[in-house]
Amino acid sequence: MTDYSLDRVPDLAPSARYKFATRVLPLLLLALILLSIPLFEPSRTWLSLFNAIGINMVFALSYNMLLGQAGMLSFGHAVYFGLGGYAAMHGMNAIENASYDGGIWAAFPMFALPLVGFAGGALAGAVIGWPSCRRAGVPFAMISLGIAELVAAAGFMFISVFGGEEGITGDRMNGVELFGLSLGPLGEVYWFIAFWTFLGVALMYAFTRTPLGKLAQAVRDNPERVQFVGYNPNRVRYLVFIAAGGFAGLAGGMSAVSYEIFTPESLSVIPSGLVLLMAFIGGARYFAGPILGAVVLTYMQSNLSDYSEAWLLYLGLLFIGMILFAPGGLAGLLLSGTTALRQSLSGKGLVRAGAFAISALLSAAGVIVLVELAVRHSNGFGEAFEPFGFHLAPDQMMPWTVGLVLAGVGMGSLKVLSKQGGMGS
Amino acid sequence: MSKGILLKSSLAALLLSGGVLSAEAEVIKIGYIDPLSGPFGSTGDAGVKHFRYAADEINAAGGMGGMQVEVVAFDNKINPKESLVQLQKAIDQGVRFIAQGNGSSVANALTDAIAKHNKRNPGEEVLFLNYAAVDPALTNKKCNYWHFRFDAHVDMKMAGLTDWLRDQKDIKSAYILAQDYSYGRAFTAAAKSMIEEKRPDIKIVGAELHPIGKVKDFTPYVQKMMSAKADVVFTGNWGTDMTLLVKAANASGHTVPYLTFYGGGLGAPTAMGQSAVGLVKQITEFHENIEASEKQMARVDDFEKTNSLDYYYERVFTLMNMLDKAVDAVGSVDVPKVAAELEGMTYETPYGEVTMRADDHQLMQPLYISTFSEGVARDVENTGYGFKTDITIPAVATETPTTCRMRRPS
Amino acid sequence: METVVFALLNGLIYGLLLFMLSSGLTLIFSMMGVLNMAHASFYMLGAYFAFTLGQHTGFWFALFLAPICVGAAGACVEKWGLRKVHARGHVAELLFTFGLAYVIEELVKIIWGKFAVAYEIPPELNYSLFELFGSQYPAYRIFMLAVSIAMLAGLWYLLKRTRVGLIIQASLTHPHMVSHLGHNVPRIFMLVFAAGCALAGLAGVIGGNYLVTEPSMAFSIGPIVFVVVVVGGMGSLEGAFIASLLIGFLQTFAISIDSNFAEIFSFAGLSADGDIGRITIASLAPMLPFLLLVLMLMLRPRGLMGEREF
Repeated sequence: MTDYSLDRVPDLAPSARYKFATRVLPLLLLALILLSIPLFEPSRTWLSLFNAIGINMVFALSYNMLLGQAGMLSFGHAVYFGLGGYAAMHGMNAIENASYDGGIWAAFPMFALPLVGFAGGALAGAVIGWPSCRRAGVPFAMISLGIAELVAAAGFMFISVFGGEEGITGDRMNGVELFGLSLGPLGEVYWFIAFWTFLGVALMYAFTRTPLGKLAQAVRDNPERVQFVGYNPNRVRYLVFIAAGGFAGLAGGMSAVSYEIFTPESLSVIPSGLVLLMAFIGGARYFAGPILGAVVLTYMQSNLSDYSEAWLLYLGLLFIGMILFAPGGLAGLLLSGTTALRQSLSGKGLVRAGAFAISALLSAAGVIVLVELAVRHSNGFGEAFEPFGFHLAPDQMMPWTVGLVLAGVGMGSLKVLSKQGGMGS
Repeated sequence: MSKGILLKSSLAALLLSGGVLSAEAEVIKIGYIDPLSGPFGSTGDAGVKHFRYAADEINAAGGMGGMQVEVVAFDNKINPKESLVQLQKAIDQGVRFIAQGNGSSVANALTDAIAKHNKRNPGEEVLFLNYAAVDPALTNKKCNYWHFRFDAHVDMKMAGLTDWLRDQKDIKSAYILAQDYSYGRAFTAAAKSMIEEKRPDIKIVGAELHPIGKVKDFTPYVQKMMSAKADVVFTGNWGTDMTLLVKAANASGHTVPYLTFYGGGLGAPTAMGQSAVGLVKQITEFHENIEASEKQMARVDDFEKTNSLDYYYERVFTLMNMLDKAVDAVGSVDVPKVAAELEGMTYETPYGEVTMRADDHQLMQPLYISTFSEGVARDVENTGYGFKTDITIPAVATETPTTCRMRRPS
Repeated sequence: METVVFALLNGLIYGLLLFMLSSGLTLIFSMMGVLNMAHASFYMLGAYFAFTLGQHTGFWFALFLAPICVGAAGACVEKWGLRKVHARGHVAELLFTFGLAYVIEELVKIIWGKFAVAYEIPPELNYSLFELFGSQYPAYRIFMLAVSIAMLAGLWYLLKRTRVGLIIQASLTHPHMVSHLGHNVPRIFMLVFAAGCALAGLAGVIGGNYLVTEPSMAFSIGPIVFVVVVVGGMGSLEGAFIASLLIGFLQTFAISIDSNFAEIFSFAGLSADGDIGRITIASLAPMLPFLLLVLMLMLRPRGLMGEREF
């Protein structure tokens, strides 16, 4: 036997430049963004928003280890976020007590509390994952729903651990200071969140490159084949589940330090549903998807509610729209948009992308006009919807027609465009 | 004014289309942090309408200390963490007075966060005006100088209910049902100890906690009460848990009085309908059939006409008017001074005199026990039914001792 | 004795209401493999439609009209939504219905307001039928009993004794063969989805006034319905029936047990003041279905009567 294959096969390994551009550069970019935010001297509002976004980024990415990477749909991921957060919260109080009485915790810096969260989340994942990871698909989803309901109920029952309805509170300004951060003002908390966000994102990215990460993707796509190759898909799922629980716990630990309070509703199915929305709207197929989703949804949650009481409806519509028309999520849309631009910088492609964007905007505007009119009509105080100085009163025919026409034209042209050849999926 | 500043300010006015900041006079902002969306959105929505109406009244009468009042609403989705994010937003927008009421967990988170904020940011103090969170701890163990409560807390309302019980000689047994969380447990504990104290002859034949918002059919609970031969039922339930309980009681023919805190809560009369007539009693600082001046009745009517919503939170008006009085006395928005002014303040409401007790910042106000009845002068939520007063409990009688050790800023 | 009779009677009513809700979901699930997360939302729509229609036509017409309207809404959802994501597998379908549940709740709030509506039991049925141990038994419950039994019988007849039922059962196991035989499988799917939603709507019509008709009613009952379907077993109406009754009885019996853990496990030295000792069986009642769900999926994933795992 002569070995003649090696020199004939073209070198398929990515070039060093490609590796740098796809693997290192995005992380450097993230670090740059995180470092440059304080230069703009953001207000407290923005700082607390950035902190929330950082926490949600790590949380959504950890969720996507399950959904995107291993193909496991969970309705109870907040359980690990919450249990990790509670572990960190108890750690925080232990540090405070140790600052009076002494003990091991006295040497533990508040800054490192997310590690406690990680341990708590991973431990919970190891315990709960053991029975639930023996199933995949819909049964796994149902088990996660059942467990989430049980754990959330337990959260309200075991007062000594979870503090009952008002939860447990702590003070982060205790213990050893690290990097000269007292963690008192929000600006210092920002550095804490930025540090752990970056570390969490980098580690979870690294995880996708490990053999386990690759195996998880294989299990998602074809568990039978993985079994043929000699791996146990359930064990792979279990290990990914523990890791995902750990990173969710890390996010919980970040949240504990940032808010200094943890309540049992953070264990419930509502935050679990929200993180699912984040990962999916952002794009579960891409690593960066949940990051985008976390940014957009956190912003929507904190600020959209100032403008419209129907923000949950928009969220639901956005989610359904994504499932129907853009299963790649926001990340998928961005990616296909940029490739379309790159492929045909001049001419048709650009026009098509533009037409798509315009008709999408038109239909969104139409839907928004209709929804806002309906909300005002239903409230019944004769208030008018006044975007950009227009006066749209719900008791007249005209505004409704405008909304209907906008939505109709937008959706119609979207349909025509997508018939000419799909985009975004 | 130089040209540059003129340009900048006109730009700012352009950007802030509301033109709030461009106004010459200073504006006092009340940050209203409560759920405005999601399952509890309706309750928070009703609250903000009361606040806005009260603010309009005050503005029409010249504002607080000559400054116009504006109520800025922040949606906290009844989530403690989200409330803290909204608190930061509110403080950034120049809000110095925070109003909140729904959810003791949120109130606990806010009072804690505001105390920390005031300690860490002297000169930027914020005041927490609580209009509905009734956890006794807020003015006892967890009291702090920056928190003022305008609603009677669990123990006070229970003191009122058991006062009524004292004169009901034919009641020999009581049953307590509440939701299984801190408020429900506080309710149960208060009911047990006060019944024991005021009517030692009454036997408590059952005290039960059920998970909040999970029970669909209360018939089994009602039948337990009937088998136990309870002559009266104390329930701390609110929202759907309350309406479902009353419906089940009516269907099973359980006709003993149900003593509630939230029998008249917004939406409850509609949902309970006829089934609650003669059955449900509530203890509140207001219902529409209390004798009051014509001026007050006109206010109630006008509120209901402009908002197509029942007038419910009299205490919101008390809160706003007491704040008005305090700011008038100080003459500015100097928060520590306003707080000092509020301490111990007395104020004449349409329903009697109220006092903000200085020891724990708890408002003492007259309370009314009333029964859901047919054929009343003013009905609620256009149901044809309304509340009829059984007894009035003077403010003094609602006073319960406090364990608060108030730390005042030096 | 008294306790047992009451628990049986109440458990039966609650169980039958659950069955009406879950029979539609089982039907959809067994036919299409879709676990419809928005199923309880169609239940809610049924209650609201009945409330609005009832104001014009009275309760008895609404009893028939409202489920038809809900079925039509279901057909639209299937045709313009679910069918599009069908090719992408069950998880995508599950997510679609998950989003739909959000949207329906918000739409209901816009259309009917955020508070409960005054949807009440019709006066013809609002009296007590008989008295038992001093407690009255309302006629409306017997009516609910009758409706759900009629529904069970009708469904059973339709599926086992008619040609339509034959086709439906065949497309459950051999969709390709059925389509080769010239049946329009997508259209069958749409009809099944519509029928399932209509059944949920019917449950809403008679459950909405028995309980409360308000925007969060779907969210509060939704998870229990999944429990029924999973515990009963994939595609098994009999299983769903048994599971509904089981859960109904389980909950009502648990409520009538007052003892707490400290009393039950007194040999282990639990104190009634501790967190664990304090818990009573009664307070655990609403949690029992979820415990059952988790245990069932772990120990017997095909459910009580299911023919295969899902």
